[in-house]
Amino acid sequence: MALSSFEREQQRREQRRLIALLAPGMLWLLVFFLLPLLVILVYSFLTNGPRGNLLWQPTLQNYVDLFTQSSYVNAYVRSLWISGLTTLFALLLGYPLALFIVKQPPRVRLVLLILVLIPFWTNFLVRIYAWQIILANNGLINTTLGAMGLPTLFLLNTEGATLLGLVYGELPFMVLPIYAALDRFDFTLMEAGADLGASKWHAFWHIMLPMTMPGVAAGAVLVFIPTIGQFVVSELLGGAKVDYIGNLIQRLFLRSNPPNWPLGSAMSTVMMIVLLGFILLYFRSTTEEDR
Amino acid sequence: MIEAQPQNKRAQRAASWWPRFNSGALTWGRLTLTLHAFLMYLFLYGPIFVLVVFSFTRDEFGVRWTGFTLEWYVRMFANDRLMGAAGNTLYVAFVSTVVSTIFGTLLALAMERHRFRGRTGVDAVIYLPVVIPEIAMAVSLLAFSALVLEFIRVVTGEVVRRSLVTVIIGHIAFSISFVTIVVRASLKHFDRRLEEAARDLGANSWQTFWRITFPMILPGILGGALLAFTLSLDNFIISLFLSGPGTSLLPVEVYNKVRRAVTPEINAISTLMLAVSITLVVLSQLVQRRR
Repeated sequence: MALSSFEREQQRREQRRLIALLAPGMLWLLVFFLLPLLVILVYSFLTNGPRGNLLWQPTLQNYVDLFTQSSYVNAYVRSLWISGLTTLFALLLGYPLALFIVKQPPRVRLVLLILVLIPFWTNFLVRIYAWQIILANNGLINTTLGAMGLPTLFLLNTEGATLLGLVYGELPFMVLPIYAALDRFDFTLMEAGADLGASKWHAFWHIMLPMTMPGVAAGAVLVFIPTIGQFVVSELLGGAKVDYIGNLIQRLFLRSNPPNWPLGSAMSTVMMIVLLGFILLYFRSTTEEDR
Repeated sequence: MIEAQPQNKRAQRAASWWPRFNSGALTWGRLTLTLHAFLMYLFLYGPIFVLVVFSFTRDEFGVRWTGFTLEWYVRMFANDRLMGAAGNTLYVAFVSTVVSTIFGTLLALAMERHRFRGRTGVDAVIYLPVVIPEIAMAVSLLAFSALVLEFIRVVTGEVVRRSLVTVIIGHIAFSISFVTIVVRASLKHFDRRLEEAARDLGANSWQTFWRITFPMILPGILGGALLAFTLSLDNFIISLFLSGPGTSLLPVEVYNKVRRAVTPEINAISTLMLAVSITLVVLSQLVQRRR
């Protein structure tokens, strides 16, 4: 196909414009996001020196430790477990809330939606800290119980408190995508189901839930992934009694004496690979239209 | 972000679904749903409310109400270290917002206006910083910065430490993605015939951009900028890993204090941080919804 010189000039101009638009942002992301991830990958195959200094001797020892020492394996299992639980609870609590919001008249809906959004925008650390005031041994719940003459409870620094904090922190991430899916859902289908004799539950399980599944999947991904790497909630509410992946990585990089960056890098790399697996699964299961 | 769509026909029909559908059982369903939603909002806002209330208590442990005082706020403003950290936080947020807003907007224009080879790959690179756990990004930037600083030391002989500069670089790296996503959403709703009309009337592409496109997507850009600003103000994990000796940021200060105990002074700082973020989120919603 022969292009006129005008068209060719036009094309070249388009090309230059595209490069000018892409270059600054992409360069930044390549240098300060992708390249550092590669650095971590390289670090994970290096040896840690006696004073936490890096020795350029290639080794697989970090990965061997990771998969054989029970304290590390346990941290992975525990993280996957609590992230799964968090996702499940966020779904059970978030779906009905999203349904309630969708059912409201537009003005009310907007306000309710912004109320869900606000926690997403406010400081996570501070919101988790707020639970310390409520759960502490001399905190709100226990002083109230004490005033009523009831025995006090040991609430803070438990795994239950960690789970509570995680669900609390991640709930908005579940509600928003489910809301978006329900907003696109044609509720007349439920009527059609009822006309055909389906019970309310039946209609929910066989019509509404499958058709809003893309929202549920998106919510699950958005809740599960940040929860896997968390270390703040288990430290502030769980009392750092047990280690999750995030706590171990943070300690290996910042707190241990001597630090062990290669092992921390290996932990981070394995975590990323596990999560990329989940993300790929999610992308396989949905089309661009659904997202 | 997700918007409440103006009520369309389908939504109107949806609103009529509840009362008509199997009415006897549904009043119960509706009641349960309403009660659940009420409890969820209580769950989301209760701790925040408690935190604010206990920033005004006289109780030195900050966990029970023993009368009103502003003492903790006075102390907070008199604390040079905290105020210095607050200043640093604002500075980092300002610089990273300006840079990431420009880069992110350009990227959004490239992605929405151009079809090119490798577009899917670019898309993945943009979304990745949003979905991977923050700690993975933080440790990789830490390792990368250590490598670069070591390189500088070897080449120039000067010892350069991590500082606000490294923090800003990290904040820009994650903010670019959020800005791109928000601006892309506003470009999707854009009626391109307006640009064609401008060209037909003799405007060149530069004029078309500044007179038509830019004003139309300005709400999206401002929304993205406010999101970037808030995320930077609230960011804690990347700041913790990338800040150097003597360059403290407010969320990191709060984290170091919170790990020890609840104090009314932290309640006061937290309340202030919450107030700032809530103001910003409301502002951004107003900006994005004004048409």
